[in-house]
Amino acid sequence: MSTDRTDIAWRIGGPQGKGVDTAAGIFGRACAAGGFHVFGRREYYSNIMGRHSYFDVRVTGRPVGVHRDRVDLLVTFDTETLVRHAVSVAPGGVLLHDASAADVAIDAMGFLDDPLQEELAAYLAERDLPPTTAGLLEDARRRGVTVLPVSYGDLTEALTHELGASRASADRMLNTVAVALSAALIKYDPDRVKRGVALTFGDRSKLVEMNRQAVDLAYAHARRSWDLDAVPLRLGVRPERPRRLFVTGTQAVAMGKIAGGLAFQTYYPISPATDESVYLEAHATFPTTDGGQGSVLVWQTEDELAAVTAATGAALTGARSATATSGPGFSLMTEGIGWAGINEVPLVVTVYQRGGPATGLPTRTEQGDLQFAVHGGHGDFPRIVLASGDVTEAFQDAAQAFSYAERYQTVVIHLMDKALASTTLTTEPFDTSRLAIDRGLVANPASDGSNGTVSFPRFRPSETGLSPRPYLGQPGGMHWLTGAEHTELGRVTEDPITREQQVEKRLRKLQLAAREIPAEEKLRLYGDASAPLTLVSWGSNKAAILEVLERLAEEGVTARHIQLRLLWPFPSAELEPLLATARPLVAVETNATGQMARLLREQTGRAPDHLVLKYSGRPISVEQLLDALHQILSGAAGPRLVIRNPYE
Amino acid sequence: MATVTVKDFQVGFPNDWCPGCGDFGILNSLHQALAGLGLKPHEVAVFGGIGCSGKTQYYVNAYDVHTLHGRVLPYATGAKLANPELTVVAVGGDGDGMAIGAGHFVNAGRSNLDLTYILHNNEVYGLTKGQASPTLPMGSQTKSLPEPTIQGSVNPLMLALASGYTWIGRGYAFDVRGLVELIQRAIRHKGLSFLEVLQPCPTYNNLHTKAWFAGKDQGGVPRVAPLDPSYDPVIEPDAGEGAVRARLGAFVVEATRGGEPIRTGVFLENLSVPDLGERLAQRLPAYRHAPPAHRVVADAKGRSNADLTPLFAEVAVS
Ligand SMILES: Cc1ncc(C[n+]2csc(CCOP(=O)(O)OP(=O)(O)O)c2C)c(N)n1
Ligand code: SF4
Repeated sequence: MSTDRTDIAWRIGGPQGKGVDTAAGIFGRACAAGGFHVFGRREYYSNIMGRHSYFDVRVTGRPVGVHRDRVDLLVTFDTETLVRHAVSVAPGGVLLHDASAADVAIDAMGFLDDPLQEELAAYLAERDLPPTTAGLLEDARRRGVTVLPVSYGDLTEALTHELGASRASADRMLNTVAVALSAALIKYDPDRVKRGVALTFGDRSKLVEMNRQAVDLAYAHARRSWDLDAVPLRLGVRPERPRRLFVTGTQAVAMGKIAGGLAFQTYYPISPATDESVYLEAHATFPTTDGGQGSVLVWQTEDELAAVTAATGAALTGARSATATSGPGFSLMTEGIGWAGINEVPLVVTVYQRGGPATGLPTRTEQGDLQFAVHGGHGDFPRIVLASGDVTEAFQDAAQAFSYAERYQTVVIHLMDKALASTTLTTEPFDTSRLAIDRGLVANPASDGSNGTVSFPRFRPSETGLSPRPYLGQPGGMHWLTGAEHTELGRVTEDPITREQQVEKRLRKLQLAAREIPAEEKLRLYGDASAPLTLVSWGSNKAAILEVLERLAEEGVTARHIQLRLLWPFPSAELEPLLATARPLVAVETNATGQMARLLREQTGRAPDHLVLKYSGRPISVEQLLDALHQILSGAAGPRLVIRNPYE
Repeated sequence: MATVTVKDFQVGFPNDWCPGCGDFGILNSLHQALAGLGLKPHEVAVFGGIGCSGKTQYYVNAYDVHTLHGRVLPYATGAKLANPELTVVAVGGDGDGMAIGAGHFVNAGRSNLDLTYILHNNEVYGLTKGQASPTLPMGSQTKSLPEPTIQGSVNPLMLALASGYTWIGRGYAFDVRGLVELIQRAIRHKGLSFLEVLQPCPTYNNLHTKAWFAGKDQGGVPRVAPLDPSYDPVIEPDAGEGAVRARLGAFVVEATRGGEPIRTGVFLENLSVPDLGERLAQRLPAYRHAPPAHRVVADAKGRSNADLTPLFAEVAVS
């Protein structure tokens, strides 16, 4: 009865604070422990407790990095989850719901927004079904979904009686139970689920033991209650088990920063950037390869103005220095970024993009800060802007950013987005052996001819635009630093010729960077390199695009993907030959105006033929993108396609 | 080795303050104080805010950092945290520190980092032509103001106390001898020091002029005078709660005293709070010998020397 699957999309939802994350962590680790590849996506409100949150986990036989809209297994902890996600369960899938939620009116859901209520009412009316959970469950059944009620109340009772758990801990263990029930439904080895439990709870051995017993209890319950062989899902590959990590995008950045030599990190709390700094503070000391100890000083400041300026002050002393923020904080930081720009200070700013403007959508994704990263701040000054497309790149880019910053003595803005930041992924351990540390032109004042007075020519113009940099405190390197235009000694000047020379000196560094940075660090080409159908994008859309390329190939359509990794200086020279043969050129972005597409047109003169955009605050799924491409291929698409999914 | 002299801290560049500006007195005092402490110029970093006062560091032979309006303290904080061996002095105006930089002023107090902040208090915004600064008393009308100021004023000493500064003093720009000593004591204090300096701005502040401070209109009885010798600012490291309260009470009395003379001197020297560097060294064992400025990040071949094995082990799943 069960067909083997090598790609199962599992979704769990419930009120924030009830352990949806923990459950997803157990499930993901359990599957990873069996050698599967796991991708996780987390959606939540800007709220601490109570609002709806959900976690998608895709378990696959090969690496994937993006969610599917159609899920195979939905685990609901509450009625709201059922209402929001029932229609997303794919035919052949399973819907597990709390028996007590079997007949609740949809309009009784306090937090359901009007458009979704209307959408659901229309959906059910079209199918002659009542606007209730019963209607939704009936619809699911009709679509070939196996609908299984569970009584969480009874399970809690069983946990207290059979395991002797307290009421509160039984309540908390419902997570594990829900995970184990789903694992039983896909016929997954219970020992692996227990391994997932152990990996999640670590050294809290009492907790681990209790939860392991809960796994057995859940499996027994599943066997007793359901005909598992009749459930048409089975996780069907037995892959080998190489050493893998289970990390988030944010952790990847933090690890990359440590590998890259970060010594000083500042931050002011903001979603979704904070996790990075918290991780760094929790891992502030680590061994070095020579048997010593390295450390990172993490400094929480009073605001983002202080975060960026304190990081700059530290960078002046020679410390590899960084800060991390999101849109609202980045707005404040542009002041300090300009100062670092005119003073040629190496500084790394990691920007976790979220929905904007203003407070926008604090916990949802968007690629809305590209134009701001490239142009933010007043006046002309060089900056380098990088965007990571996946978790591995997030690690590499975070490390590399410091070498760019120091080599070109400038600010490097590393763009992440919430989707990538909160992505959970199985990955090979990151490769640190290839990281080359470039500390740039460091001054040696003694031999550079300093006479012990404040006269070091810190800003002497040169052909490359680079000039040796003394660290604050170094004997003989004294000079001035100022946010005002300055002479080569750093003294304020308004002399017209000096002004021009200094502006040009600074901008020349950008030309140098454009020449020196290797082509594959600027952009990467995937798919069929000679195919005219070209998808150009940046950041976290990469995974969806790569999977869509494969789907298209299965349909006999060849296509290629240009992933832009260096957004500033814009890689026009490398792009132009590719653009010449791109037909049609499709830009994919999660923002409303096609910020990358605008930059592309501005810098190369070529406008994309189609924009595929999503700006609801959620990432683009495989199905949505494939659908957009089908529309483009069939000639039905206009120049601007907006992807919508009311159920996210 | 030759001893350091005042000349070592002076620069030969022209100065663009108005003649008679109180900033000159503060600058001269800073030169003398640094030389007197036996510091070498490269060991000192002077950070300035934006304003006439914020230019002070241009005239000091040291590492000189002219920052952004209001941001002098976070820049100085980052540098001192990263390189605790540096002697860090921050200077700026009352507008810079008490208005746009007020949040930083307050929060710096929480850290007790070992640096010295000198606030030039001329009650006006000099460089933007004489608008009221946050220290100008309500109802005062200096000469650029179309109307008397309708807003009240902050008391920098009280704000510093409330924020947790562990050394608090007040000086007068043209009492160079007194000021040198105050700056030296502020720098020597192991922790965060705040020194307010009353500073005539002959161009815009026609109320509190050098002549006014000198009491020319009242038969030469100066309006600034040292704290009474019986005033004891010290809170000992092991001071009990009662002793601390008594000291703070005395502080408040002096810092809020209306009328004349305006007192100068050390208002608070709190030795009971460990400085931030000590606290950091306890948390990060490497902080003392390898602070961020000295972190070695690569091996001889330019490869990253961070060993991520334990970080990977923590998140390994198979
Ligand atoms: C962000 C910003 N806003 C405004 C200014 C303009 N500005 C320059 S100096 C100054 C006031 C300086 O006053 P104060 O700090 O009292 O110093 P003083 O000139 O009196 O020594 C202002 C507002 C600026 N440089 N930057
Ligand atoms: S305006 Fe006032 S503070 Fe500024 S230089 Fe002139 S006298 Fe000094």
